[in-house]
Amino acid sequence: MAAPLLRVEDLRTQFFTSRGIVHAVDGISFNVNRGETVGIVGESGSGKTMTAFSILRLVPDPGRIVSGRILFKDQDVVQMNDDDVREFRGNDVAMIFQDPMTSLNPVTKVGTQIDEAMTAHERFSKKEAQARIIPLLQQVRIPEAARRAQDYPHQFSGGMRQRAMIAMGLSNEPELLIADEPTTALDVTVQAQIIQLLKQLNRDVGAAIILITHNMALVASLCQRIIVMYAGRIVEEGPVEQIFDSPQHPYTWSLLRSVPRVDVARAERLVSIKGLPPDLVRLPPGCKFHPRCRFKIEKCEREEPPLEEVAPNQVARCWVMMRNVAQEQREETKAGEVSREAATELKQAGSG
Amino acid sequence: MAVAQGAPPRGALLSIKIPRGRGAGLGLYVVRRILWLVPVLFFVITITFVLMHLAPGSPWDKEGKQLSAAVVRNLNAKYGLSDPVLVQYGRYLVNVVHFDFGLSYQYEDQPVSSLILRSWPPTATIGLLAFLMIVIFGIGIGVIAALRQNTWVDYLVVGFSTIGASTPAFVVGIILIIIFSVTLYRVTGGNFSLPTGGFAFDQHLIMPVVTLSVLPIAFIARLTRASTLEVLRQDYVRTAWAKGLRERLVVTKHVLKNSLIPVVSALGPTFAVLITGSVIVESVFAIPGIGRAFVVAVSSRDYPMILATTILFSVIVALANLVVDLLYTVIDPRVRLG
Ligand SMILES: Nc1ncnc2c1ncn2[C@@H]1O[C@H](COP(=O)(O)OP(=O)(O)OP(=O)(O)O)[C@@H](O)[C@H]1O
Ligand SMILES: [Mg+2]
Repeated sequence: MAAPLLRVEDLRTQFFTSRGIVHAVDGISFNVNRGETVGIVGESGSGKTMTAFSILRLVPDPGRIVSGRILFKDQDVVQMNDDDVREFRGNDVAMIFQDPMTSLNPVTKVGTQIDEAMTAHERFSKKEAQARIIPLLQQVRIPEAARRAQDYPHQFSGGMRQRAMIAMGLSNEPELLIADEPTTALDVTVQAQIIQLLKQLNRDVGAAIILITHNMALVASLCQRIIVMYAGRIVEEGPVEQIFDSPQHPYTWSLLRSVPRVDVARAERLVSIKGLPPDLVRLPPGCKFHPRCRFKIEKCEREEPPLEEVAPNQVARCWVMMRNVAQEQREETKAGEVSREAATELKQAGSG
Repeated sequence: MAVAQGAPPRGALLSIKIPRGRGAGLGLYVVRRILWLVPVLFFVITITFVLMHLAPGSPWDKEGKQLSAAVVRNLNAKYGLSDPVLVQYGRYLVNVVHFDFGLSYQYEDQPVSSLILRSWPPTATIGLLAFLMIVIFGIGIGVIAALRQNTWVDYLVVGFSTIGASTPAFVVGIILIIIFSVTLYRVTGGNFSLPTGGFAFDQHLIMPVVTLSVLPIAFIARLTRASTLEVLRQDYVRTAWAKGLRERLVVTKHVLKNSLIPVVSALGPTFAVLITGSVIVESVFAIPGIGRAFVVAVSSRDYPMILATTILFSVIVALANLVVDLLYTVIDPRVRLG
């Protein structure tokens, strides 16, 4: 197999605050292959966004990448000088941000903002860039693209702004697109359309995609592989089908059971995980999930488990592993079913 | 001094929305804003008139000299001051509508309008130079401080703007005179110093312009710094970095274009500050401008002169605010006037 497009090795990103050091990303390693779609899931505050910001060297003050390597085609992003980082951003890797309402400049025309993304790099000439704006907007299905390019962001709906962000992200034909919660704050139909769009782009353009989300259903409908993060660490990783069938980490298992449902009538099925994520300044000893884990054993409180291979291509960080938990304890519903159903519902909402 | 802010209550004026044909809508808006000047000026004249006549003393009280009762009676009759105040007021309004501002009392029979035309150049020159300084330095150092937050440059700017914003113009003027006229004269053995008074298009301008602009520069710098820091935190600035834009473009196209919006809206009221300041600066530096003419007119009860200068000041402030509001629509596409 060819070398991965992106290799993150033992990345640590910390915030130096008056409260102490916030361990936002705490030693994570993963790969993304060319054209692959990878989902990063985890609760709020688990370090998903900071992982993405680290890849683009956009970590805000008082945060810093303190160690690790981020190899994009064998070049270490962490060691790049400012000019190289500038060339890298938006050109090799583009990012779509969490909040489409605030991520576009309110006083600049949408078309101009897309144009600018291209003219920042050498890939296209000024004229070519100009000529690409409207086709790009059409590609992300913005109606009346020629007229809309002249609009300001406040004249766009939330969904259209997110499409414009995607058009901007794709404008330089990057090899990797990072989409950070590209569908939050959008209604379900629009969510499904955006996912559909990303899927199509992955197929047609061949861009690898990292999809960051809380929502397992979104991952199921787009990604091949899944990375589960907890407290700045990877706790489980593997192919989507496999993880949905047999999640090994209790946290993954709980996440799969807590998918937000499209169908409100069935909302009672939503089970949120009890307890709160740990304080990233004062992490608990042992497994970081043990205070909330209902399957924990004594060892979990003392020693942190390593990432261990549990099946081909699947690793999990747990002393117990769900396969060793008695069936009755896992309760009647197979966790993956909930998420899979939700994914089907989402697909139907999109085509309907 | 009753200088009115020309901008009427926003709700009242901005209520009519004109969806298309922006040019026509804008023209209509400007006409309406200018028509609004009529009630504003009426109000200004009324207040000034009442205050003037409430104040003790008469135009013919001269220090040292005591005019005879007969002379005073004659003068009163000549300038219509023996009529009831309400009649005088009505007559003044009628005259103003015909752009007749009357004759000055203190400068024997000279029309007020020609007196104002004569003292206009120094005030306009110093005012516009000060305004330029405010725009360039106020915005300039505010932006630099924000971009270099928590460095010594930033601390220096914050220090200056805190002190500057709380130091009245006459104090600045006196300090400047002590340093650049008195001390510099002594240190250079009389070879070099800045003139303490008078007006000419040379180094006479330096101290008055600086005196007039220090406080507004400090104010605008502080505002610019705060709004730039705010914008630097915005998501769209991160988007700009994420595109791989050069720092220069991120700052000019994304940060400044947004952070200067509140600064522009503060430039209108700055005109009012400049006008009040001109009264003080022209007194401190003995400059024969409108500000000083106003002070002299007040102290000698030159009613027509007081009224005319007040009207002029009101019109300037109102027009400055109108220009700012129009500028606003250019820099912020979300704002619609109509
Ligand atoms: N400016 C900051 N100062 C201090 N700590 C921060 C800062 N920004 C983020 N963090 C910390 O980094 C951790 C990871 O944040 P991150 O934004 O990556 O979470 P996330 O997984 O993207 O969450 P969400 O799903 O809510 O977007 C958070 O728990 C937070 O405590
Ligand atoms: Mg996030």
